[in-house]
Amino acid sequence: MLEIISLSIVPFMVLIILVHGYIKGIDLYNTFIEGAMEGFKTAIKIMPYLIAIFIAIGIFRASTALDIFTSLLEPIIGLVGIPKEVLPLVIIRPLSGSGALGVVRDIIANYGPDSYPGVIASIMMGSSETIFYTLSIYFGSIGVKDYKHTLKAALLAYVISIFTTILICNYFYL
Amino acid sequence: MLNTIWFIMIFVGILYGALTGNLGEINNIILKEAQEGVSFAISLIGIMGFWLGLMNIAEKSGLIKNIAKGFRPIMKIIFPDIPRNHPAESWILMNFIANMFGVGNGATAFGLKAMKELNTLNTNKKRATNAMAMFLIINMSSLQLVPLTVVKLRHDYGSINPTGTIGITLLATSLSTIIAIIIGKLLEGKD
Repeated sequence: MLEIISLSIVPFMVLIILVHGYIKGIDLYNTFIEGAMEGFKTAIKIMPYLIAIFIAIGIFRASTALDIFTSLLEPIIGLVGIPKEVLPLVIIRPLSGSGALGVVRDIIANYGPDSYPGVIASIMMGSSETIFYTLSIYFGSIGVKDYKHTLKAALLAYVISIFTTILICNYFYL
Repeated sequence: MLNTIWFIMIFVGILYGALTGNLGEINNIILKEAQEGVSFAISLIGIMGFWLGLMNIAEKSGLIKNIAKGFRPIMKIIFPDIPRNHPAESWILMNFIANMFGVGNGATAFGLKAMKELNTLNTNKKRATNAMAMFLIINMSSLQLVPLTVVKLRHDYGSINPTGTIGITLLATSLSTIIAIIIGKLLEGKD
């Protein structure tokens, strides 16, 4: 059911937009081309930012340096109620979406999808986003260098959301 | 801060790689990921061209504006600096909607366009505005209603109830977005 809905969203959007545009007498074809041209320029513009981020995340992941951060934070994390099994996920989530998905897969494979860590990991994965990547691509595309309070606020919001997620999980699952 | 995070990831990565005798792997990764950055940008050209082409039609036909109208009261509270009827408002909304339904590449296309429009309201082009910060803070708090990749993963590993976490994820996502908006507002400075 879910898959049917998610499969039909895009085709239906296309249909609605085209039908509405046609009724309104828009020159559909040329308007599309005009917009597509902009997509082309933007994609090229963010290329250097993508290279910079992919390399940093790639090196970090390949070196398994994540383990250092995990073992450094492990003693503290127990005190504040974060299960140590999901700690690697907490660290990698803001940095890399695909990296985080890999960690969720590990957690689910090791502890089972319906175990406590498995459930928390599933919920955390779904209720947070990558920060690092989004920030550099979005600001990079318009050449803004000073992000003001964006990163600080996003990280703070992320940390608080981890705790609320765990509280919610404990409420429903324990 | 991004500068520092970027530096630490590479610095710690190479140092740890050297200590664990993993340098060969790191050489491969540098080549591979640099290439990956280029291929990813190129693959974005197609999908961004498609979405921005399509949305250009929706913008000209007035469809986006009609949708935006319904959300104006909320948008006014979250983004007080965006003038009425400014295109930035529509593109931000499109980005949020695409994010909610998990249309990832569409969301990126609309989001980048939203940044461009927000930048037309920016007086100091090197510096972010409060509206940009708020837009990204909300964006990075996760808006996706149903995380299908997670559901699929749970299913693949034999969960007795793969969709069982959806409800709580939705609750957690909504809370994280509300928290993000509040923190964004609290940390806001003068533009």
